[in-house]
Amino acid sequence: MALTGVEIFKLLPKTNCKKCGHPTCLAFAMKLAQRQASLDQCPDVSEEAKRILGEASAPPIRPVSFGSGDRTLKMGEEMVLFRHEKKFVNPAAFAVEIKDTESDDRINSVVEDVLSSEIERVGQKLRIDAILINNVSGEASRFEAVVKNVSEKAPNVPLIIATGNPEAAEATLKIVASRRPLLYGANKDNAEQMANIAKTYKVPLGVKADGLEALSSLTEKIKSLGVEDLVIDSGAMKAKDIIEHNTLIRRAALKKNFKPLGYPVINFCQREDKILEALIASLGVMKYSSIVVLSSVEKWKNLSLFTLRQNIYTDPQVPMQVEQKVYKIGEPRPESPLLITTNFSLTYFIVSGEIENSKVPSRLAVMDCEGLSVLTAWAAGKFTAAKIAQFIKESGIENEISHRELIIPGYVAILSGAIEEKLPGWKVTVGPKEANGIPAFLRQRMS
Amino acid sequence: MAFVAPKETFSGKVFEVTIGTDKAISFGGENVLPFHSFEGTVPHRPVIAYEIQDVPPEDWPETVRSVYEGVSSDPVSWARFCEDKLNAKAIALRLIGTHPDRENKGPEEAKKVVSDVLSAIKVPLIILGSNHVEKDSEVLVAVAEAAKDRNCIIGKAQEGNYKTITAAAMAHNHKLIAMSELDINLSKQLNILITQMGFPKERLITDPMCSALGYGIEYTYSVMERIRLAALTQNDAVMQPPLLGDVGTYVWKVKETQASETELPSWGSLKERSITWEAVTAAAMLVAGAELLIMRHPEAVVAVERFIDELMQ
Ligand code: SF4
Repeated sequence: MALTGVEIFKLLPKTNCKKCGHPTCLAFAMKLAQRQASLDQCPDVSEEAKRILGEASAPPIRPVSFGSGDRTLKMGEEMVLFRHEKKFVNPAAFAVEIKDTESDDRINSVVEDVLSSEIERVGQKLRIDAILINNVSGEASRFEAVVKNVSEKAPNVPLIIATGNPEAAEATLKIVASRRPLLYGANKDNAEQMANIAKTYKVPLGVKADGLEALSSLTEKIKSLGVEDLVIDSGAMKAKDIIEHNTLIRRAALKKNFKPLGYPVINFCQREDKILEALIASLGVMKYSSIVVLSSVEKWKNLSLFTLRQNIYTDPQVPMQVEQKVYKIGEPRPESPLLITTNFSLTYFIVSGEIENSKVPSRLAVMDCEGLSVLTAWAAGKFTAAKIAQFIKESGIENEISHRELIIPGYVAILSGAIEEKLPGWKVTVGPKEANGIPAFLRQRMS
Repeated sequence: MAFVAPKETFSGKVFEVTIGTDKAISFGGENVLPFHSFEGTVPHRPVIAYEIQDVPPEDWPETVRSVYEGVSSDPVSWARFCEDKLNAKAIALRLIGTHPDRENKGPEEAKKVVSDVLSAIKVPLIILGSNHVEKDSEVLVAVAEAAKDRNCIIGKAQEGNYKTITAAAMAHNHKLIAMSELDINLSKQLNILITQMGFPKERLITDPMCSALGYGIEYTYSVMERIRLAALTQNDAVMQPPLLGDVGTYVWKVKETQASETELPSWGSLKERSITWEAVTAAAMLVAGAELLIMRHPEAVVAVERFIDELMQ
């Protein structure tokens, strides 16, 4: 929570010496509160004041990252509990677990799956972001061999080194520390050693404890040992505990400025039933998880999870609009039908979905009406015959199609004559009023 | 710094709604955000109703149509199959065949289907029109009468037809779904108009309009969250009816539930993909606030029930 000008003023020397370039300490304090000045402009400020101000201005959930290069995964920095308030900042990372007790064949095939997991959706490249290598065997040598193998096969994929054994941690970090893996991690029994290793190898540290109280004391202890880039695990495994712990953690950080829990959260979502696993992982995406650990990376499961994450992390302030252009649905040929609608994104989603549904390849001309639906845009004078005619002419669609027929939404049937007048040579056909009538409408035309 | 759990309690509470007669079921009633039982009471699980329709599901994609092969040619056998074989807790009968662009069945035909289905099942019935504003007001008025004394849910009442449908639900003692298009203010306004007719707000169910994963689900998600926050934090009574997620009809329309793996190898197996698409959409609606879901694929329903199990206990 940011401090007010008056609160900051109380921490300043109150000598009004002007060395900071401001007439009074109070004036300087006000500038600080508005983030228009920086504290080091005052040469006489106390160490105590520096500490308090520094902490108060730090983000409530600490930014932590792991991995390197353009695959670096950023976490934390979230500012809200509900996505309608403000955009969620750093999308949850999906990590798949590899156990070092598994056969090399199985391990290699999971790595393959991760490497080929990338898909593109609505202009974004989405993929399984990280691999968590779990030292289930408890042996340092087997773990080291698996980490080495995985890191060679997947040279750019961020890694999570999961072991409670300091020896195994150190052995593997000697190989992969330069890739900045997340070391997961510290618990109440090994905290000092793990903190030292994280410090030596300059990697972020996962901290696990049983419940939020124990977790808070453990992060404080580790912080006092000089390690601050932490990712926290409250031990929540069941959905009920995940939603409770993650909610309380985020509230404590945002509403109470409670620093010991102001870190990104890791959740383990593996389940026998893969569809259930997708749902638990979805819960993590919606409810404040920064790393979601999965047991497998089937393409069908990835697609749902990637899409949900993309949807939840979109900016709620951006108007609900899609780009003005002629969209192809299916693989339309020159003689395929041409429909027109407005660029309200839901109108677009629903209309394009119904065209898709009809299985009749078509073109959908989406006209910029400032994100209004058909009826509202028509009422507001944005979806008029003149504007539709102009858009059709300027879109260049006449060069792509062999016919001159435009299908308009049933709600604006009244426009058909006027459009034909303004688009010489074109025939206007009135389509259904509601999008759910489109499949029948299009199929009927085909028969 | 000692940790003190920042729990929140609210003055408002979601209305508890009970539907059906023989095997009645209740949902809603919680005074906390979805599944936040750590700081309040969540007396009921959300309810999932199986969707059936008055005409064979020829427009449903293969993955979900095939489940009902042999029973779906007749709404009665379809309903029985859901109750007996799938252990449905409720059934949602969509009278899609009454749509003027479809089979254009009349109110009398709809009435007969509803009576036949009702005499074949014990679980509660949700009766949905075809989402054609004018036609629905004729059809739903007729079926509300046919279903009297069975404590059904009828819907959906929208801005353009709420008067007749509300009157019918009121006259025959049903619960009523009020649907508006993805806007908290429109939703509130419709609920107010309906209650101003004398319809008790405790018998309403709000449908802020569902969307499928990947096709605008974030809008439904946020509208639901905001409605629920208004119900709890502002104790706004018109925002306190339970929320409906009409999931199946939106999900089984999108490309992800239809395109084959041969066509799009990077999307993986169609069967698992489409079932997961419905289950994830449903899970998002639950986490946002829905207490009542309408779904189609039994495997998606089973997964979502297991998800609810984990969230409740
Ligand atoms: S330099 Fe420091 S002490 Fe001097 S006026 Fe500015 S804030 Fe006050």
